[in-house]
Amino acid sequence: MAFEALQEIVFACEQTKKAFWQVIMEDDMTEREVSRDGSMAQMKYTWDAMLQSASGYDRSLKSKSGLVGGDGAKMEDYYKEKGSESLCGEYVDRVIAGALQMGESNACMKRIVAAPTAGACGVLPAVLVPYYTTRGCGEGKILEALYTAAGIGQIIATRASISGAAGGCQAEIGSASAMAAGALVHLQGGNAQQIIQAAGMALKNLLGLVCDPVAGLVEVPCVKRNVIGAVNALSSADMAMAGITSRIPPDQVIDAMREIGERMDPAFRETAQGGLAGTAAGMEIAGRILSRFI
Amino acid sequence: MNIFDILGPIMVGPSSSHTAGAVKIGNISLKLLQEKPVRADIILHGSFATTGSGHGTDRALIAGLLGMQPDDMRIPDSFQLAKREGLEFTFTNKTLKNAHPNTAVLSLTGETGHTIEVQAASIGGGRVEIHKLDGVDAFFSAEKPTLIIYNLDRRGSVSDVASVLSLNHINIANMHLYRAKKGGFAVMVIEMDQEISQYAVQLLEGLDGIQKVVYLNME
Repeated sequence: MAFEALQEIVFACEQTKKAFWQVIMEDDMTEREVSRDGSMAQMKYTWDAMLQSASGYDRSLKSKSGLVGGDGAKMEDYYKEKGSESLCGEYVDRVIAGALQMGESNACMKRIVAAPTAGACGVLPAVLVPYYTTRGCGEGKILEALYTAAGIGQIIATRASISGAAGGCQAEIGSASAMAAGALVHLQGGNAQQIIQAAGMALKNLLGLVCDPVAGLVEVPCVKRNVIGAVNALSSADMAMAGITSRIPPDQVIDAMREIGERMDPAFRETAQGGLAGTAAGMEIAGRILSRFI
Repeated sequence: MNIFDILGPIMVGPSSSHTAGAVKIGNISLKLLQEKPVRADIILHGSFATTGSGHGTDRALIAGLLGMQPDDMRIPDSFQLAKREGLEFTFTNKTLKNAHPNTAVLSLTGETGHTIEVQAASIGGGRVEIHKLDGVDAFFSAEKPTLIIYNLDRRGSVSDVASVLSLNHINIANMHLYRAKKGGFAVMVIEMDQEISQYAVQLLEGLDGIQKVVYLNME
């Protein structure tokens, strides 16, 4: 990628009078030596795969460990029954259900799109699919939002990390949330500066989040962390659309995420030794699963 | 890293390292065996041993051996498919010395009796590395077109191979030599910038002292 900072992408947008997504798409055309149509076709393929996995949710599935499955169905039943009566309202409840369902599908060995990782695969589709199906925006607009998200993710991967083993959950769910926040701002008609402000705020809110999977599996707490990633993206995008900015520039937020990840104890970086994995309940579950498998 | 490394891979869950990477290890091992496997004895080490079953690492490795890609929806059912394809397999958990935490060792037998032992690691994000072939250190990722040449450790083998490649306009990106012991069995691993023709592979196979040439192109 030609950019090393979100602010550099914003400068490129201002100089060329192009949208954030266009700058990222043109960078992809250069990087992979493909035509505009070639780049778009790959993005459409990716979006179609996301839609397919969202609609392929199986409410009866349980993961092999038995820890995960069925919560996405419960949430779907809840919003269908409560409608606007629930605290978050039907739209946000749909997002919550979508995040749970995709996280569960991943844990149950269904096909998903890692975005940016498999563990965080629920965040982006959770905000995009309900937007696409209930707000009547066209597919083209969603593809633009995906380029926006990918550009943000690339900068985070370059400046910091998108791996839980390297940077904790902040690097997975935090990055996914920043990507989703930027994508939503694009869908809502925000400009490049608002896109990166939303990404910066979303990431900021999840800084320090550790990766502490029970029994080392991508199940507890990963599935529900997808929910906070998605809902945090909605609130960060709305803040950015209201004109609120991050007092710490978004690129420096990413640098802070890197520093926190580097100084994070290894027990909190996907090793299943600390945090929720290290609780009495977590250890008990791990022991039970291990004795069954070995 | 391009944008489809960020929005992707499209894969069967739950883990890029423990599932998608494991499919890839199976797949590369299948190509290295060069024929349909009928038996696979697989050792799982480290995190592959402790969390592999919950991540479907075992089913992913077998899926790879059956030729599936990481996005193949049949991965969860690979054990049943293996039975139908006549592939017998065993899994053993074992702690290996100096091995990456996500390591598998696959001992394979093919339908005409060929065997190979592959030690490989999944290093994150679905990327993998081969670390040993038939017990000899051999380090490569298979991300570029790669030649694995089994030869007798003797003078001239390297220059013979290099001249065949150069005559076929192949640029070598990386070349490493590994041997079990001096004068014994050796492995050359050559990563190339371009694909190589079947004809060039045959020329390499015809060289003096060359026992076997495997061409890997995972694209």
